Amino acid sequence: MSVDASSSFIQWVIFILQQYWPVFLRGAEYTLLISITGTIIGFCIGLLIGIIRTIPVDNRTGLFKRVSMKIVNIILLCYIEIFRGTPMMVQAMVIFYGVALIYGIHLPILLAGIVIVSINTGAYMAEIVRGGILSIDRGQFEAAHSIGMTHFQTMQSVVIPQAIRNILPATSNEFVINIKDSSVLMVIGVTELFFQSKSVAGIYYKFFEVFLITSIIYLIMTFTVTRILRYLETKLDGPAVYTIHGSQTVPEASFRIVDREKL
Amino acid sequence: MENIIEIRHLQKSFGKNEVLKDINFSVSKGEVVCIIGSSGSGKSTLLRCLNLLEYPTSGEILYRGQNILEHNMSNAVYRAKMGMVFQQFNLFNNLSVLDNCMVGQIKVLKKDTREARNTAMQYLELVGMTQFINARPSQISGGQKQRVAIARALSMEPEALLFDEPTSALDPELVGEVLKVMKNLAQSGLTMLVVTHEMGFARDVANRVVFMDSGVIVEDDVPEVIFNNPKNERTRTFLKRILED
Repeated sequence: MSVDASSSFIQWVIFILQQYWPVFLRGAEYTLLISITGTIIGFCIGLLIGIIRTIPVDNRTGLFKRVSMKIVNIILLCYIEIFRGTPMMVQAMVIFYGVALIYGIHLPILLAGIVIVSINTGAYMAEIVRGGILSIDRGQFEAAHSIGMTHFQTMQSVVIPQAIRNILPATSNEFVINIKDSSVLMVIGVTELFFQSKSVAGIYYKFFEVFLITSIIYLIMTFTVTRILRYLETKLDGPAVYTIHGSQTVPEASFRIVDREKL
Repeated sequence: MENIIEIRHLQKSFGKNEVLKDINFSVSKGEVVCIIGSSGSGKSTLLRCLNLLEYPTSGEILYRGQNILEHNMSNAVYRAKMGMVFQQFNLFNNLSVLDNCMVGQIKVLKKDTREARNTAMQYLELVGMTQFINARPSQISGGQKQRVAIARALSMEPEALLFDEPTSALDPELVGEVLKVMKNLAQSGLTMLVVTHEMGFARDVANRVVFMDSGVIVEDDVPEVIFNNPKNERTRTFLKRILED
């Protein structure tokens, strides 16, 4: 298909798609790669910080532990405040050119992109996780402590699984934001979807046509991701149906109870 | 008889509010002690101090003659020996009934899965909940939850079991099933400390009844004396008020 000045809008869109779909695809790949890896790493950073910041400290704790906890907490708080309080676009510039200046190395661009999205997400997730942990009833902690579990055992077996379920909607938010906001990484030359779209648009000066395609691609990506996470939520809620085993007279009898609230 | 727990001069304050004042008492093996008293008298705090969910401001808690408030004894090890049953059940919401009874054995006692499962099943059988091993806490009734909570505490094979108003959050019709389980446990020789408002249970099952008021133990005697012939005026007033209802 060929186009000229008299071609209609639709013809241009089709033409651009036919000619440049591999470019869009590569851009979308980068966007997904960066946002998925960034969100997962950021989630882990957030979990770790959330667990550390909720370690109980009282007047029985040894002096050394208390002081070191205080220092660690201050450092973590600085991290959270700095990375929540500055635009990711600025962080990208500072980190990318800062590393080049101080260490004299050029980070591979894709790696730089992933690092920036990860630590940025980590700062947000740290607070989300803390909120998630605080939302868990005190009784859950007490019950775990009363059978002799340590803070980390309590977190691992009881609190974090419940907290993760509670923070999934907020995590899904972060994920969507990352898919969209990774576009700011084009300032350091990451060839994600926005960067690629700009290059394509520049060829024929067809900005509207190209970015309409781009926005649809973004929409497909975010919609798919939210659906997947929604599915994960229901999965984590556990089965709505459970089986009763045996009875007083017939041990091998079993029947299923349906939890209507969950269907 | 051998003392499992001995409390000496235990004192607990929340800020300026002194909740427990110079508490002294002991529990020997196989004894069932009921702690009664009005709300705010400090009975729950006393029980929570025994499991270190609240840390005493001063005083000593001797477990088999050893002061657990000194740093040489791990809190976790001690806590595993003092099972606790809560008013609000506090079953782990993310785990099935069976896993609730297994997780502590695996994580704290380092048992392998099969052993933990056998122990858990044995105690779930005792409280009559083996049919529901796959259910989540949200899928069973309050009375069933409390029975599972008891099985969870028993699965740790503790030296003593502490009950913090185990039936207060239950619908009246569900209280019976939990009290029945507790009665069976008492008869099997388990050492139990029960904070309760169930005077019938205290009268029938306890070896000793402790009456607390404003942070002190007012009277500590066998149930016959406490209920029929209390020596202290405050005990008399309290029981009169309770039993009239």
